Amino acid sequence: MTPQDQTVVQEITPQEAYEELLSGDVFLLDTREPHEHAEARIEGSKLIPPAMVPGEIEAAVPDKSQRILVHCRSGARSAAAVETLMDMGYEDVVNVAGGILAWEADGLPTASDANLTPEQRDRYSRHTLLPEVGVDGQVKLLEAKVLLLGAGGLGAPTALYLAAAGIGKIGIVDDDVVDASNLQRQVIHKLSTVGKPKSSSAREAIENLNPDVEVVEYNFRLDASNILDVIKDYDIIVDGADNFPTRYLLNDATVRLKKPVVSASILSFDGQISTFMPYEGPCYRCLYPTPPPPELAPSCSENGVLGVMAGMMGLLQANEVMKLVLGIGEPLIGRLLLYEALGTRFTELKVRRDPECPICGPNAPEVPESEMGKFPDYEAFCGGHVGS
Amino acid sequence: MPTVKVPPVLRQHTDGATDVDVTGSNVGEVLNALVAQYPDTKAQLFSEEGELNRFVNVYLNDEDVRVLDGLETGVSDSDTVMILPAMAGGA
Repeated sequence: MTPQDQTVVQEITPQEAYEELLSGDVFLLDTREPHEHAEARIEGSKLIPPAMVPGEIEAAVPDKSQRILVHCRSGARSAAAVETLMDMGYEDVVNVAGGILAWEADGLPTASDANLTPEQRDRYSRHTLLPEVGVDGQVKLLEAKVLLLGAGGLGAPTALYLAAAGIGKIGIVDDDVVDASNLQRQVIHKLSTVGKPKSSSAREAIENLNPDVEVVEYNFRLDASNILDVIKDYDIIVDGADNFPTRYLLNDATVRLKKPVVSASILSFDGQISTFMPYEGPCYRCLYPTPPPPELAPSCSENGVLGVMAGMMGLLQANEVMKLVLGIGEPLIGRLLLYEALGTRFTELKVRRDPECPICGPNAPEVPESEMGKFPDYEAFCGGHVGS
Repeated sequence: MPTVKVPPVLRQHTDGATDVDVTGSNVGEVLNALVAQYPDTKAQLFSEEGELNRFVNVYLNDEDVRVLDGLETGVSDSDTVMILPAMAGGA
């Protein structure tokens, strides 16, 4: 190449590149080697090593007028790549001056696979391949703390899938022991754990599935005296409780601590699910101000339940947890989703915040710090409903 | 005719029917028409004073009638009135 042919490589600063990336339609090309990209990279960048640029760029960027920012480690390899691209007819290509070194020196954010071990990169690769999850999302999952109320029909599939997904800490509250009649739907338990506490049986299954998950057992029933201590360390509570007193107590405690609750229930061939995000959407009491009398609220042990209903609704709960942790999609806040298994029909109902709600409404009494751990008698409020 | 969707816990009082077509121009008339057809549902839906029980949620299509006009909410022939019970089953 003679000096007069030499293309002038336009440059922008890392800060200018950052602002362009935030504002939208620009392609960011990383021309380094895979190990460098894995160590530290700019979120959203596409890796094409220098030798591969001529062969791979047209598939990645078919439109020659697309604006392309190119970076490497310090700016030299990317300057060469800019020239290559311009020679190929790309019209709007610029070099990020100083590369990722300058980017980092300016305090701009980078992503890294270094937060995952090689085993984790492999185990969670189907997650990290999703742009909506990525390594950063997987790290969020590994740092998330989720409490499951009940390791029964709903809790069993929820626990298995959340554990497989790499939720870092899973608490399990259940004071029951595994019974042979549970195995029709409570897929986390096994013949070999019949007679053991459900929390221990679930822990065993999770530990066999994924050593990344820390399991905490709460082998007792939640009540007014212990609920705040149990829930305070968790980010999200998954309600699969089998009785109304616990559901109302959980609601009132989680509103006080502003913890989201993913709530579902099943009976026969029917299921319901919603996500209660305190003060952002309605709470359980906005939806159900008072519990029904016992004759209108039969339990699964009285009425029966189709086993797969537990899987359907439990996994919808797991899906809600994933979205809340990752901050993606539309959680079921202010929406109640009904599922009828016989017709295979979903129905969605609107749930509004109740301006008269005694717990989260604008006129709800403030709870002073000294009263924080005190709750009314839910057994009496629920007319003596107890578990199934 | 508007359709009433009957929840599982009430079906023992509707001979197992899940969808009941009834006449009525508002939610109260529709529910009373259901009660006329299946008298055993009355105690579950209404208090002795004839008010809708507080533990019964009634939806007109996808909206809670509490945020509409309650039992006075107008109903057209193509509407669905859903009776929604709280359920606590998790097991």
